[in-house]
Amino acid sequence: MKPHWLVRPGSIRLLWIVFLCILALTVLAGLLVHPHAAFGIDGSFGFYTWFGFASCIALIIVAKLLALLLKRKDTYYDGD
Amino acid sequence: MTAISLIPPGLPLVLGALLLPLCTARLRALLVLGLPLLVLALVWQLPAGAVLSIDFLGHELAPLSDSKLARLFATVFAIMAFAGGLFGLNHMRVAELSAAMISAGSAIGIAFAGDLVTLLVFWEALALASTLLVWSTRTPQSRDAGLRYLVLHLFGGVLLLAGIIGQVAATGSVAFTAMALDSPAQWLILAGFLINAGAPPLSAWLPDAYPEASPGGMVALSAFTTKAAVFVLLTGFPGADILIAFGLYMVFYGIVYALLENDMRRILAYSIINQVGFMIVGIGIGTEMALNGAAAHAFTHIIYKALLLMSAGSVLYMTGKRKCTDLGGLFQSMPLTAICGIIGALAISSFPLTSGFISKSMISQSAADQHLTFVWFMLVAASAGVFLHAGIKFPWFVFFQKDSGLRPPDPPLNMRLGMILFAFLCIALGAWPAPLYNLLPYPVDYAPYTYAHVISMLQLLLFSGLAFFIMLPYLKRTLTITLDWDWFYRRLLPRAACPLVRALDAWQRRCSIDTLRHISHFLGALFLYHGPQGVLARTWATGSMVLWVVILLGIYLLAYYF
Repeated sequence: MKPHWLVRPGSIRLLWIVFLCILALTVLAGLLVHPHAAFGIDGSFGFYTWFGFASCIALIIVAKLLALLLKRKDTYYDGD
Repeated sequence: MTAISLIPPGLPLVLGALLLPLCTARLRALLVLGLPLLVLALVWQLPAGAVLSIDFLGHELAPLSDSKLARLFATVFAIMAFAGGLFGLNHMRVAELSAAMISAGSAIGIAFAGDLVTLLVFWEALALASTLLVWSTRTPQSRDAGLRYLVLHLFGGVLLLAGIIGQVAATGSVAFTAMALDSPAQWLILAGFLINAGAPPLSAWLPDAYPEASPGGMVALSAFTTKAAVFVLLTGFPGADILIAFGLYMVFYGIVYALLENDMRRILAYSIINQVGFMIVGIGIGTEMALNGAAAHAFTHIIYKALLLMSAGSVLYMTGKRKCTDLGGLFQSMPLTAICGIIGALAISSFPLTSGFISKSMISQSAADQHLTFVWFMLVAASAGVFLHAGIKFPWFVFFQKDSGLRPPDPPLNMRLGMILFAFLCIALGAWPAPLYNLLPYPVDYAPYTYAHVISMLQLLLFSGLAFFIMLPYLKRTLTITLDWDWFYRRLLPRAACPLVRALDAWQRRCSIDTLRHISHFLGALFLYHGPQGVLARTWATGSMVLWVVILLGIYLLAYYF
């Protein structure tokens, strides 16, 4: 049986290209925004792109660090 | 007219729930679907500002006190009861359906409570009904988790009761109005409220207990307890600064723990705490826009979170599996469930044209308006994080990711209809926010669909998506849990108590041995003197009696002479 269209390597590559194009479009669309910043930096060009990206990376790193300390097997409480 | 109009709208649900076990299946379905609609009608025929007051032990109780905020919450609770009932009709036990209706009725009762006594009664009823919902799967896990849930919520209820008693003693009034947090009693009330909101440190009950409920049970659980807590915080403590700190903690706690979680419904449970965190920040900011935002977010959140849980519940119902490591690739055979799950995921992430977009942004906008720099940047970062942990992670690991080989079909019709209804509402509220804005407690002066807002939100979310796929190798699911504050009462305290219990046990055993020895000595002595052969129990000869009488009289005579 042929795999579903969505899981073929070719379509995954295509989806990545489309996704990156959309990302570029949203960045370009930001050029037309009339900046009305509340704090200064949030009105700068592309603020939301790098801030969103960096926040997510930071959150994942924090989660991984916390996991070093607090991660246990999911049978940890069994038998309590 | 007034007699009909002043029925507390939560009452038909609570009373109807008690009738469910006596009904035939057909009548039961009619009650489960019809009563929430009746409640909606009762809510909306109330004359504006209606108050029903009852004199009770010298206090004026108000089991029905109408306000815009009460109507807003009662409306969404009733909609939720309808859709939750529809979704659960085929697989929830009768007692479970009853418990779900009682919790909906209690939540509506809380929304209309004008005094602290009524509030407390419905508060406790909600805790009991929710416990029954957790217990309904009847597994050892749900029994234990339900017990922990009950203990914590009864503890919260005791804090609330103590606070209410203090408040009534200090002010002489049972009225439930905004409080200034200037007495220990009010702090106790706040603590009681916060426990139900899932605030730290006692938040672990939520991801602990909810995922042990049935698919429909968790849908019902997700809506009422935490959002009733949001309602009472909105009414009782608007603008309390400390709530901003609590809310921000909850927002990030929810994201980080959800990122590490493997159980799909526990991911969504953590994200309840995350979303309630946004609302609590809004309540803490306390401006009209912030309070409107918190109320609107509670409304939209109930709907999209229920939708997400219906989607996850359908997967659980059809596959019997709940861990991301066992799931994946389900979009092929469960397209409707996947699409509805994705709509819920987009709504929770505040994508434009979904309900989250028009509610959450009011909270961050109010932070900007108040020049709360730190709060605003944290909220924006958290918005990105929501997309990460719920918006992409949940649909990706359940419906895409690897192919698990599972090919279950979409769930039965009633479960599909429940999902379709809420998916429709998520988009309808996002596309036409005006009806919801009209329900909010304060006049709304906010336009969500500005070019700048739409573009900035799209940039934020899409680049968060990029971050997710770049970091995907680090997000691979493992068979693990993450320890939480509940470790203290699930592991440390029982373990620490162990030696103490052993010592007490040994002491008690030694004591009982000592006591037994003392008792047997005492009995032995008693037997020696008073037993059949005892000196005090012997039969005495008459002669010796006479002899003793003579001796005594002789002593008496001698004493008389001298």
